[in-house]
Amino acid sequence: MVVSRITIQGVGAVSPAGWSVADLLQAVSLGTALPVAPLERPARDFKLPVRRVPSPASPQAWLRQPRLRRVSPISRFATAAALEALGADAGLVGAGALRLGIVYCVMAGCVNYSSRFYQEVLNNPATASPLVFPETVFNAPASHLAALLGTTAVNYTQVGDDTAFVQGLATAAGWLLEDRVDGCLVIGAEECDWLTSDAMRLFAPETVLAEGAGAIYLKRSASGVALEAITDPQIYLGRDPRSAAIRAVQRELETLGAPTQLFDSGAAQGDPWQDWPGRRTSLRQFTGDAFCAASAWQVVAAAEALRKPSTARVSVMVAGCNHAAIGLSLIRA
Amino acid sequence: MLFPFPPVPSEPPRVVVTGAGIVTALGVGWTQNAEGFRSGRQAFRPVTAFDAGRQRVRQAAEVDLPASLPPTRLTARHERRLDRAARQLLWAGVECWRQSGWEPTENLPLVLGTTSGGMTLGEEFLKQAQAVPASNRRQPTRVTHYQCQRQAMSLMEALGFTGPLTIIANACASGANSIGHAFDLIRSGRTKRVLAGGFDGLSELVFAGFNSLQAMSPTGCRPFSADRDGLGLGEGAALLALETLVSANQRGAEILGELVGYGAATDVHHLTQPHPEGEAALQSMTEACRVARIAPEQVGYINAHGTGTPLNDGAEAMAINRWAGATAPMIRVSSTKASVGHLLGAAGSVEAVICLMALRGQWLPPSATTREIDPVCRFDFVTAPREAKLDYALTNSFGFGGANASLIFRRWS
Repeated sequence: MVVSRITIQGVGAVSPAGWSVADLLQAVSLGTALPVAPLERPARDFKLPVRRVPSPASPQAWLRQPRLRRVSPISRFATAAALEALGADAGLVGAGALRLGIVYCVMAGCVNYSSRFYQEVLNNPATASPLVFPETVFNAPASHLAALLGTTAVNYTQVGDDTAFVQGLATAAGWLLEDRVDGCLVIGAEECDWLTSDAMRLFAPETVLAEGAGAIYLKRSASGVALEAITDPQIYLGRDPRSAAIRAVQRELETLGAPTQLFDSGAAQGDPWQDWPGRRTSLRQFTGDAFCAASAWQVVAAAEALRKPSTARVSVMVAGCNHAAIGLSLIRA
Repeated sequence: MLFPFPPVPSEPPRVVVTGAGIVTALGVGWTQNAEGFRSGRQAFRPVTAFDAGRQRVRQAAEVDLPASLPPTRLTARHERRLDRAARQLLWAGVECWRQSGWEPTENLPLVLGTTSGGMTLGEEFLKQAQAVPASNRRQPTRVTHYQCQRQAMSLMEALGFTGPLTIIANACASGANSIGHAFDLIRSGRTKRVLAGGFDGLSELVFAGFNSLQAMSPTGCRPFSADRDGLGLGEGAALLALETLVSANQRGAEILGELVGYGAATDVHHLTQPHPEGEAALQSMTEACRVARIAPEQVGYINAHGTGTPLNDGAEAMAINRWAGATAPMIRVSSTKASVGHLLGAAGSVEAVICLMALRGQWLPPSATTREIDPVCRFDFVTAPREAKLDYALTNSFGFGGANASLIFRRWS
């Protein structure tokens, strides 16, 4: 029998709350925002508020791999989240018994090393580091992860605003249904840097940027938490584009039936969900905003919510920062 | 809904190309580029886009864009905000759109490949963010248009369409992956049409990056030459209008060629160096042939990734030798990076258009700078302009991080 259901077989998270899904969920359940730390802002006499990922409680063995020794924070976050999501199946990949695809989603990407390398170029291009430059490339983290796991299957890095992560789930579902891979990791990751934080200050000064990664491990399976639907991405065009896009996503999600719980990306003025009577969780008010990583955390938390028998369907609403809005519905298979 | 997908057709629809747009240092548009590639003309010159005076190598294949953009739905104010990469994307998009005959629509997927989006704006942002006295003038615009999803939205707005956007940043394979992803979307029945391609503009950061790696040739790019010593950087954009054969026929559209195969694989050998035996390249070419249902000897021409670096060309030659086996001497190969340099995220899409040109014109674009061919090449390496009968052309794209992609096009007759 051909199984056409796409299910979530594992989740992973690295966030300002810590290096696991349990840390993330505990922080959300406490209902208080995680502490903010000041980030040095070069050339100006003020600091930028951010939520950083704390140091891991114990050394990570995989950091001893030659490829991973010098990697940027975003690579470490992505790898840790992916390994948590993959669990024991990591061994199957290494043994060649499981074809694993990777869809890695980012908006700002490897901005630490990019700004550092460009600063070196401005100072003196002759001494700019050849070790740093390759780490500035968008797909470096996905490449490191593939090398660590030993997978040679298809591997995409998809760039976009917060919605890219949810679209990445659709890419992965396509590969699984076309039988190009047996399993697929979808990862959203970002890292803090003064440059991104300073840029965000120009548009949304109240926003506190965060960093980390979230990972979803998908397979074709008859049981587990299943992808029920992903709405069309609604592009921000015309007048009041964000509200119009969110309304369009809401209309699409409503055709599926009422969710038990909604995980959204933050209440906004004129929000069409404001009268919705169900349970609503806006993770970013606790974690801060981390674009694709924050979208991944939303999906991770939504998948975990379906572990409760009383929860039959959860919806995820992502209103991206500058491109589109998109929705996702998960059910228990 | 983006998911669940519609039922998969029992037989995947055939995918044809009904529009193509191309911008390289050889010129803007199909005609100028076809003439340049057919003759093997080189377009390298001293860099003017930024100050390269302190760089080890100071040449690149820079694009000369017309002073004004083609007429579109963008306002003059919007146009002024576009960086050089977005302008090249727009020129390629307008040519492709006109040729396809497509009309404005609300559900046309756009799949783009890029490595650095609007990097020049990012560079300006960083410089001004540290400048004294402090000023935020133009900084919000730089932040906005630096991001590749906004460059893509500008293209959508210019041409009058919307739809799902996918941006693939698989380093130098991005352009090929984007066309391959579009191919998958159509063949799986999820859409009938996709606009797909890649773009990248020259930027100081990336130029200095390749210089820092000493990957750039101080003596000129000579792909597969025994004495090759590096690549030359270029810039450009190319887009393809892809649709089902049924859709194209219903519209009575002119068909430029058929996309019949796509393969992708990941090389886990090293972040910036290919496996010396070309393992992932072999995997992607084999997969593309499997999808196309053809044997290697049916491929009349390979547009190689052929950067001109010692490691890439050696590994790719090994992969082609292994893939073609005993038929390798029949396979004609060249690298058009000898003419326009390495276009990074645009390379795969520009080289896809070159394959279409070769198939339509029945000629082979030479790597005219190559002098003594590396003896590892068991195939027929093309160094001078040549007429040829060919039905299938394959293009390889390999990138940092081990991203490997191959596309196969068929002549339309």
